[in-house]
Amino acid sequence: MSEPADTRRFRVFRYKRGDGGERFDEFDVPVGPHSTVLDALRWIQLHRDSSLTLRHSCLHASCGCCGMQVDGREELACVCSVQDHGAQITVEPLANLPILTDLVVEMSGFFARFPHEHPIIRSSEAPADVERGEGIESQHAEVVLQTDITLHHHPLHHLHGAAPPGADFMRLEDCIECGLCLSACPIAATSQEYVGPAALAAAERLLEEPRGVKREDVLAWASRPEAVWRCHVGFECTKACPTDAIPAERIMALRRELMFDGNEGKDAKR
Amino acid sequence: MSTRHDAHVLIVGGGATGAGLAHDLALRGLRVTLVDRGELTSGTTGRHHGLLHSGARYAVGDREAGVECVRESTTLRRIAPGSFECNDGLFVAVCDEDLEYLEPLVDGCTGAGIPVQRLTAQEALRLEPNLNPELKAAVRVPDATVDPMRLVLRFFATARHNGAEILPYMEVTGLLVHDGLVSGAEVHDHVTGKTGAVHADLVVNAAGPWSGKVAAMAGTSVPIAPSPGVLLALRGRFCNMVINRMHKSGDGDIVVPQRGLSIVGTTSWVVEDPDDLTVPEDHVERMYTEGSKLIPALRHAARRAAWSAARPLVGSTGAATGRELSRTFQTFDHRERDGVESFVTITGGKSTTLRGMAELCADVVCRKLDVDEPCRTHETVLLPHTAYYSSLAA
Repeated sequence: MSEPADTRRFRVFRYKRGDGGERFDEFDVPVGPHSTVLDALRWIQLHRDSSLTLRHSCLHASCGCCGMQVDGREELACVCSVQDHGAQITVEPLANLPILTDLVVEMSGFFARFPHEHPIIRSSEAPADVERGEGIESQHAEVVLQTDITLHHHPLHHLHGAAPPGADFMRLEDCIECGLCLSACPIAATSQEYVGPAALAAAERLLEEPRGVKREDVLAWASRPEAVWRCHVGFECTKACPTDAIPAERIMALRRELMFDGNEGKDAKR
Repeated sequence: MSTRHDAHVLIVGGGATGAGLAHDLALRGLRVTLVDRGELTSGTTGRHHGLLHSGARYAVGDREAGVECVRESTTLRRIAPGSFECNDGLFVAVCDEDLEYLEPLVDGCTGAGIPVQRLTAQEALRLEPNLNPELKAAVRVPDATVDPMRLVLRFFATARHNGAEILPYMEVTGLLVHDGLVSGAEVHDHVTGKTGAVHADLVVNAAGPWSGKVAAMAGTSVPIAPSPGVLLALRGRFCNMVINRMHKSGDGDIVVPQRGLSIVGTTSWVVEDPDDLTVPEDHVERMYTEGSKLIPALRHAARRAAWSAARPLVGSTGAATGRELSRTFQTFDHRERDGVESFVTITGGKSTTLRGMAELCADVVCRKLDVDEPCRTHETVLLPHTAYYSSLAA
């Protein structure tokens, strides 16, 4: 944490299985200009109450562990700036999953909703484009490499100029399985059976890049009563998503696939 | 699966080290209980930049570590398929001075058995168009990237499948020590709020930078220096390969792509208390400055997060910056060091070498418990990370 600039009052949800009831505890926490809600909660653990229990791992919005509700909105605590909130900040566990203790929910119920095959590695796109200096493009001509040195043996044909940069590279999926979309989803709040946005988005990714999974199996899974047609298009999931995995658009894409089976527009009426 | 053994091992610490060891011992048929005071991988493991080391970073100054890395990263790709972005890495020279490191780097990699390929500036730019256009030369090595938490969850999932008991939110508050013999730990269960005890034939301290604190609970000590570093996550994936600066290890010498982010690492200093880590703003600024020498666009990329992680480095506690400490690991049998029986500390190392670390530590544990079972982790494909959660539901 940086030099403390001011103090915020945190109202933190508490629950321990051994002592029954739920309650809120209040803590005054010194914060700085870059303090996150996670910084504040760890300060409470270290200086006020070591029994406060929460999940965290990567501290940079990549693992998806520290999802919680901050002033009623789904956030990853590690990138939720205290400066975006007021003098009093209320912190509660995610909704629509059972609470294990304090700010920890049981994630097994989240993962149980996913389609069976659930790869996390995908093809990469070209890297984020930036302004480049004049003349760099022209230096690319006539590059020929003979050998393939990697442990993984991916070809180097893009060095010949045959494919765009990014081709043959792999990357991790955008979805970090944090559960924010499920917590934010108004339909998930009314139905425990609904598989929810993350699982449906994962199914749509399988259609986009099947990686050995059968298309008809994915479509059959998605068309079940508790799956894609339950969505009421509130877009709360996409709003909550911390990695721009855009679950709502993927749900709509999945519906189009089910309606037209890839033949949309083929039987135009006029 | 080997025959079941009655010997019961308690592992303190749910990071990469504890995960590897729990998996190894469970495969050898031992009874295993692992506890962590918080979520698994919440200490150091989950916070690293996500590099699966080819070993090239160590090949010049620390060949032993380089050889360990190339061997273990090859093994991990085999036993954890689908967990790695196998996009290779580049070492890039951005000034004439960096070129002095070129030959030592190529020689070091060749000597350590790390595949290496020289690239011209044009070839490197064709692979990674956002690199500094002034770059002089590049070397390609088989670096890869990984989601640190999810790789380690695969070890936990498989360990649990093989009978290990994995207990996060279970804090060790003391060790049970009588007449120089450790027989378990007092624990506080943060889920129920209750305290209790876990009895075991042997306790392994795998608490990383906290291992000094755990060792002290048995009146023993380990030469651990918690050495934090600052990392910076910037919005935008500016490269697909790992980009390393072609000079000896220093601040801000690496950019690792991770999903839609670019991670710049890292600085290095030494602290007393691994719980009380700060994120000095001048370190963040240094990450911007040094990172943008490799990829100029990083200078103006938006900050997603800045954080600190404490490495558990083995060495004298008097070290100044942490860079001079070895990155290899060590197992301490506290009978030999302190006259305390049934207590072992495993520490140091890095996530890339977690399997190899665990194998050597498990050999020590099995010898002490008179169990004769070979290591099988190098040939056992791990369950997916999601199996960790489905085993909870079962």
